[in-house]
Amino acid sequence: MKNRLYCFLIVLPVCLVLAGCANSDKMGWYVINPMLKKGRINIEFLLSGVGWTIALTLACVTLAFIIGFAVSLAGISESRPVNWAYRIYVEIFRSIPPLVSILWVYYGLPVLMGADLNPFVSATIALSLYGSGFIAEILRGGVQSVARGQFEAADSIGLTRFDKLRYVVLPQAIRRSLPALGNQVVIMLKMSSLAAFIGVAEVVRRANELSVTEYRPLEIYTFLVLEYLVLVLVVSWGIRRLEKRLGADERHAGGGSTGSHGQTQ
Amino acid sequence: MIEFREVHKWFGDLHVLNDINLKVHHGERVVVCGPSGSGKSTLIRCINRLEQHERGEILVDGTAVSDSRQAMLDVRRDIGMVFQQFNLFPHMSVLENLKLGPIRALGVSQDDATSRARKYLERVKIPEQADKLPAQLSGGQQQRVAIARSLCMEPKVMLFDEPTSALDPEMISEVLDTMIELADEGMTMVCVTHEMGFAKRVADNVIFMDEGRIVESGAPAEFFDNPRNERTREFLEKIIAH
Ligand SMILES: Nc1ncnc2c1ncn2[C@@H]1O[C@H](COP(=O)(O)OP(=O)(O)OP(=O)(O)O)[C@@H](O)[C@H]1O
Ligand SMILES: [Mg+2]
Repeated sequence: MKNRLYCFLIVLPVCLVLAGCANSDKMGWYVINPMLKKGRINIEFLLSGVGWTIALTLACVTLAFIIGFAVSLAGISESRPVNWAYRIYVEIFRSIPPLVSILWVYYGLPVLMGADLNPFVSATIALSLYGSGFIAEILRGGVQSVARGQFEAADSIGLTRFDKLRYVVLPQAIRRSLPALGNQVVIMLKMSSLAAFIGVAEVVRRANELSVTEYRPLEIYTFLVLEYLVLVLVVSWGIRRLEKRLGADERHAGGGSTGSHGQTQ
Repeated sequence: MIEFREVHKWFGDLHVLNDINLKVHHGERVVVCGPSGSGKSTLIRCINRLEQHERGEILVDGTAVSDSRQAMLDVRRDIGMVFQQFNLFPHMSVLENLKLGPIRALGVSQDDATSRARKYLERVKIPEQADKLPAQLSGGQQQRVAIARSLCMEPKVMLFDEPTSALDPEMISEVLDTMIELADEGMTMVCVTHEMGFAKRVADNVIFMDEGRIVESGAPAEFFDNPRNERTREFLEKIIAH
């Protein structure tokens, strides 16, 4: 079922491309036709953005996970003030639109600091803070979904709070959060496109630049769509593999109540 | 060993523990029974501070159960607890379940923890299940693993909160047999249970709770054959009629 869907997703654009090679007056696939020298140069130009897109996504995802994880610990803390600080953090960073935070960091922050920030660093800061709020919430939800009995069993064998989290609660919470975390990675990959606004030479920026010189937006943006499609498919595949590997050893949560509450005398 | 002195606890308006006075001596087996909602679980969960009492004093081996985090870790390491729902760690194998406490809480080495775990699995008669996951075991086996997990801490007291009431009838006896063996070895035990056969067999002292109070306590012979309290009598009749 899934495989067929992917085949369809890949075959459809290929058909479009082939159809376009007929060069009707609407289509001008020559701009990215790999058989032509000019097409090859254009393709190379468009693909040169992929490295930046990947680098930006990796940087943002890594930082967002580190920050989000640390922040989520505040969310599950037993101290009220720390919980409040957590809420404030999450609400602030989740409610600023990512583009706005990119613009704020790139144009606004240097005024405060008195030194310029390069576009890549600005985008990384803005997007990883934005993502960290979501990741923290996902992890906190995962921790809350762990049964109370698990906390109590860990307490009853005298584990410290750290060990209880490290060995009992977080492994279960993270496993349960994996689908949502994977989703977040895909969202962040797509969000890296916003860095085009401040001049990071990632795929969208490249497509815009080429589109302006070639006047062929349909062909060029179709190519851009394909680039994202491939990137996202690769990421989703990786995530699913990870889920399988981590999920393989937990059938379903323990505790197995067998139902009957008979009191036999 | 364990002493309650005028202990009170409230859940909001509900007075769950009302002036509890109780002594459990070294090597003694106490069975706690009473109707649902009478505060039995709350009572034993106060002993290792899974619940906090609000007034009075609870002493475990001379240490007051309190807010002190380190003191509570020490107290908990001396007290084993077995839950109605087993509460095994589902992401760890049986062996890892047993080794976690000794390694992380007692600082036992890997090798010693492994041999300790195997010893207690042998004791609860399921040595061959060591590498399985909890979800792959039957309810009775899971509960015996839970007992072994507590025993691996080599506790001075074992607390049981209705250990057999989530089990299918045919698995109850395997868990009760394990508990009887423990009792015969001289383990100090506090058991919340409605298994009256078990109570008669091992208990030194049976306690009946109702609405947060201990309304009757005594040796099982006396308790079952000649209950003084009206509520106790009603309760016993219901259980035996069952
Ligand atoms: N965390 C809690 N918050 C509020 N009320 C609670 C809480 N835990 C228990 N109670 C209430 O306290 C009362 C005593 O609960 P407890 O679990 O000690 O009863 P029990 O004697 O163990 O009953 P059962 O036989 O059903 O297990 C019940 O009325 C219950 O609803
Ligand atoms: Mg109970």
